[in-house]
Amino acid sequence: MAKFTAKPKDLINIDYTPPKTEWMDTPTEIREHMFCHATKAKDLETVEFPNIHEWRPQDEDWNLPANWEQIVLQGMQDLLKKYRSFQLFMDICVRCGACADKCHFFIGSGDPKNMPVLRAELLRSVYRGNFTLAGKILKKIAGARELTPSVIKEWWYYFYQCTECRRCSVFCPYGIDTAEITMMARELLNLLGLQLGWIGGPVANCYMKGNHLGLEPHTIKSSVEFFLDDIKEITGITIEPTFNRKGAEILFVTPSGDLFANPGTYTAMGYLMLFHELGLDYTWSTYASEGGNFGFFTSNEMAKRLNSKIYAEAKRLGVKWILGGECGHMWRVIHQYMDTWQGPADFLQEPVSPITGTKFENAKATKMVHIAEFTADLIKHNKLKLDKSRNDHLVVTYHDSCNTSRGMGMLEEPRYIINNVCNHFHEMPEDTIKEKTFCCGSGTGLNASENMELRMRGGLPRANAVKYVKEKHGVNMLANVCAIDRATLSASVDYWVPGTAVCGTHELVANALVMKGEKERTLDIRLEPLPGKEASE
Amino acid sequence: MATVDFEGKQIEVDEDGYLVSLDDWAPGLATQLAKGDDLELTEAHWEVINFLRDYYQKYQIAPMIKILVKEIAKVMGPEKGNTKYLYELYPDGPAKQACRYAGLPKPTGCV
Repeated sequence: MAKFTAKPKDLINIDYTPPKTEWMDTPTEIREHMFCHATKAKDLETVEFPNIHEWRPQDEDWNLPANWEQIVLQGMQDLLKKYRSFQLFMDICVRCGACADKCHFFIGSGDPKNMPVLRAELLRSVYRGNFTLAGKILKKIAGARELTPSVIKEWWYYFYQCTECRRCSVFCPYGIDTAEITMMARELLNLLGLQLGWIGGPVANCYMKGNHLGLEPHTIKSSVEFFLDDIKEITGITIEPTFNRKGAEILFVTPSGDLFANPGTYTAMGYLMLFHELGLDYTWSTYASEGGNFGFFTSNEMAKRLNSKIYAEAKRLGVKWILGGECGHMWRVIHQYMDTWQGPADFLQEPVSPITGTKFENAKATKMVHIAEFTADLIKHNKLKLDKSRNDHLVVTYHDSCNTSRGMGMLEEPRYIINNVCNHFHEMPEDTIKEKTFCCGSGTGLNASENMELRMRGGLPRANAVKYVKEKHGVNMLANVCAIDRATLSASVDYWVPGTAVCGTHELVANALVMKGEKERTLDIRLEPLPGKEASE
Repeated sequence: MATVDFEGKQIEVDEDGYLVSLDDWAPGLATQLAKGDDLELTEAHWEVINFLRDYYQKYQIAPMIKILVKEIAKVMGPEKGNTKYLYELYPDGPAKQACRYAGLPKPTGCV
């Protein structure tokens, strides 16, 4: 595959003129740099996914199983039976178009099939043709169409150009959850063995080793020890965290990206420093070593299987409750699915902060607290000594992760923290934050490298808002609470708005946190000299 | 599946040219892959490749860049233990290019 070389000035010329032909008669062109590679057969074998076969997206023939049509229609029927919401979302759309221009992929590409209404229509048309009387009789007049191998390709191409961010759903007068439509389509594609490498790989890793990256227990430990060396250099303080410790009060679970990818590693250093300063009775786990859940991008059943290890480990270690790190879709899964799948977690206690005594009522069912809620509560009760001036070289804005904002309603806590650890904070425009936040453009397993044009196009609306605050206020740091954000915004911001860095919120906390017995800080968490506090000669 | 021809054998590689099986690796293959990118492997290149392979042996994953930088600095001195030096050796990025020559797979997930 040729290297992606398009420059921002080329990509910004977006043609919003729709094709002259009707959408059903407009063939789908599978274009390089817009799609991800197919998954490796061995990864699908690991989790026993069906219909594993060799295929390549750019090939004419995808080697679909002989009875592919029956598999899809039976699969669709099963899903319709299982989820009333699916049937409802297939039936009630009036095609008003309120969602049409709300999608970051449509804004960035101009492709009408990226309008959420039309993307859903790709599936709806087949639903109508096979599951509604009007569609069966009136066919195309009723918006129905035949299921053909080209339809399967079109589904694959466009349902992997949706990040299930649900921004369009905020604007839908009927409350149709477009993410759920994409989830159904992806379940059907998974039944045909048409999985992405970037999803299949992490899923298999997580199933076998506990985390997406496939980090072994000793690798996790060595990674954390590496951070501890850096913390010692910055603060002079020796930290000794524990792993898999039975009897700890709290189990800490975070995305594995925090342990092995920049700038997430700085966020992980932030957790370590904060917990040490509090003297928190907590443990890391090398088994429940993943907060994220790429299974969620394949099927409900796979997501459930991968999620089960968190409670299993909490039970084995005998902790009281679970604290979770900065992650996006992890929290959608926890907030909206976990209790139904695995609950009730009656072997755990309702989470109470051992430092402030605050009872986290919102976590009563799952017994899992988001670290931003935990830290905001600490600050509210004046339990942390903070030196904001250590972040004075940063002009910060905050990107709401789609899943923590729209998926769990956590809007104020991260902002409260940032305002208490930084002197310079500016919001991006109102229509691009909180419930209306723009996706990073690379979520739901689309953060590969071969689909870079898609990622940059999808990342444009967010980057554009960053550009606005950069020009207006001189913003040079984009904070967030999501591991995918940390990995992918770094690329899209570098492409569209060079000169802006990306960080997790707890990196900012760590910079400002005044620790007992620390030496005078001359370095920030990235081991760069702290401006104005450089070591004296 | 794509393949590269090496000493008369067909070696399987993925879409981005990474070896499918670590066992297929041989020093000569690294040299050949580098030649394909118009790169002559010097002693300095081999220091990085050997470190990557040792790290992988121990940890079953390619190291983060910052670990690579720190470890190279420890063994070979601070003048080599920096990102600039590594990018001079491997213009496409030490993580991608050097790992490909070393026969290691790409890491996936939230990275």
